Amino acid sequence: MNNSLLVVLVASGVAYGTPLLYAALGELLAERSGVLNLGVEGMMLVGAVMGFWTVQRVHANSGITLTLAILVAAVAGTVMSAIHAFLVITLRANQIVSGLALTIFAGAVGLSSYLGNDFNLADVPASHTFHALLPSGMQSLPVVGPILFGQDILVYISWLCVIAVGLYLSRTRPGLNLRAVGEAPAAADTMGINVTAYRYAHTLAGGAFAGVAGATVTLAITPQWVNGITGGAGWIAIALVIFAFWRPELCLVGAYFFGALQALAPQLQARNINLGPTVLWTSSLPYVMTILVLVVVSSGTARRRLGAPAALGVPYVREEH
Amino acid sequence: MRISVEQRLRRPRWLTVVVPVGSVVFAFLVAAVVLVATGHNPVSTYRQLFDAAFLQNQSIDQTLIVATPLAFMGLAAAAAFRMKLYNIGAEGQMYMGAIFGAAAGLYFGGRGGPAPFPIAAMVVAGMAGGAAWALISGVLRAFFKTNEILTSLLLNYVAGYILTYLIFESESYWRQTKGFNASVFPTGKPLPHSAVWPGWTLHVQGGLTFPLGAFLAVAAAIVLWVLYKLTRFGFEATVLGDSPRAARYAGVRMRRKVLAVMGVSGAIAGLGGASQIGDFSHSLDGDPNGLQKIGYGYTGIVVAALGRYNPFAVVLIAFLLGGLENAGNTLQGPDFPAGLVGVIQGIILFSALGGEILSRHRIRVERRTKRVPAAPARAPEPAA
Repeated sequence: MNNSLLVVLVASGVAYGTPLLYAALGELLAERSGVLNLGVEGMMLVGAVMGFWTVQRVHANSGITLTLAILVAAVAGTVMSAIHAFLVITLRANQIVSGLALTIFAGAVGLSSYLGNDFNLADVPASHTFHALLPSGMQSLPVVGPILFGQDILVYISWLCVIAVGLYLSRTRPGLNLRAVGEAPAAADTMGINVTAYRYAHTLAGGAFAGVAGATVTLAITPQWVNGITGGAGWIAIALVIFAFWRPELCLVGAYFFGALQALAPQLQARNINLGPTVLWTSSLPYVMTILVLVVVSSGTARRRLGAPAALGVPYVREEH
Repeated sequence: MRISVEQRLRRPRWLTVVVPVGSVVFAFLVAAVVLVATGHNPVSTYRQLFDAAFLQNQSIDQTLIVATPLAFMGLAAAAAFRMKLYNIGAEGQMYMGAIFGAAAGLYFGGRGGPAPFPIAAMVVAGMAGGAAWALISGVLRAFFKTNEILTSLLLNYVAGYILTYLIFESESYWRQTKGFNASVFPTGKPLPHSAVWPGWTLHVQGGLTFPLGAFLAVAAAIVLWVLYKLTRFGFEATVLGDSPRAARYAGVRMRRKVLAVMGVSGAIAGLGGASQIGDFSHSLDGDPNGLQKIGYGYTGIVVAALGRYNPFAVVLIAFLLGGLENAGNTLQGPDFPAGLVGVIQGIILFSALGGEILSRHRIRVERRTKRVPAAPARAPEPAA
């Protein structure tokens, strides 16, 4: 039963969806403050390469090394997002072009590839990886075993992050201030909220989440470094924030759905199931489905972009509003 | 002392030259820091870079091979970005242009007839393929208001899978099925001789060949310039980009403009794809380590942004960045890690973006006058 296609797909959907979830949560925080960061893919790749590098270079026990790797990845993502934050918040550059520039700078033909080559990280397995955390007795329970109990610690931490971000946005003063900054920065400013500080803080937090998302790929899902290993996950994460109407709990649902789609191609191949040009359609499926869901969300009843922060993409300059 | 940033009323002419040049210089300085930090000598790395890009024998010849597709991709991005329509799918549109162009070349090249005909067919088919792929995002944007940035980007991956599938995972029309090599490793079917695009050779620097694509790219730049500067279409598209509301009041038809601009942008990218096949590779290359690895479509965005969407500037910058990219390819090795060129390009783009503020704004340093005995702790806010 635990080997049936459906259970395996859901279980690997949770695993494959975790980097999407981390990246989407980070992007959600940045967008809630009014900053659109299209550099997620680039920040993820730098996080992925730096996390992997830490694991290969640090000689300590597995737990310490992996914790360190996640921290390094988060710092790397934060540094990348700082470039974007400075350009769009302080210098008021075009957020779209700056985000694209970040992806080009950091992404598969830029810094992450440079670091991967310079540190000779390609074609070696990771020395330490994340494994299923809970005892094997729990993992072999029918259905819930593999799906809920067979995951690594990053999955459980991501659940805590969803709850934390949800509570932060709805129950805490800084969270409410953040929403004010994203909806009406001029009003927030009049209330004495430091718009610039909020925007910086949440753009940087978004970078940290994206860095962790990248490290999840190279340390838990496919424990190795390959140039451009995230394969567009950063872009799917940006789309995910839109489908989720900027709400963290819906990000989780969407992330697992797209995670399962990503898991479909390898699963069908492993089971020798051939449905037409299987490789073509199963590998394109996550991208095509993302587009289809975007179309549904952006048209019809949801046309007014439910939940989109009103000031998203608009620089805030005091005295010009 | 108080530093304030205020908007310039007029943009001085000299800044439009100084800002991009300054950005490039700044980028090389920052990249030098990256090089030193990772244990390389920036001076010798840069010397090698310029030698391989422009000075060595036949280096300009090689640079043109990279600059030609970059010019197409830059023009494709510029055509759309100018209207604030962010088509970042030039990469996928280029693959589609290559697939359609190669099909036309294979089909018409083998049937005799006058020589220019198969080439003209490839040009048309390539443009149609690229335009069709771009119009997917265009239609979704025009009719469903779907974010074109995400759809066009995601379609790049789909186009990449289609390209790989045609050569590696099927017995398609594009795949070479005969011969010993084809049984060892999957390759594309070579174009018939009459469908190979001509080049014109100058005998300097050990031979300098201008591919047909380079001329087509310049022609496309001229067409684009005329379109945006001299026609009503271009004017309306520019207005739509700057102020959608004003355009709507003036009666500009939004949907048509979105479709037309996406179509033009995709057609230019598709033409670049056809040029890849006709000028350079002479067969469809589905290899994820070949055409797909280079990422011309993404570099095209850098080219367009640096050229500030001016078609002629785009062509010039494509040549310069083409040199950088070419040097990156030739020098790739332990001394010169892959990705360095992308790093430099990214920093150039960042500093150009940051430099924009210098041309749009004036930074003024004000000193507090000493005569006021007790200056207020904070300057009073002017009533807004």
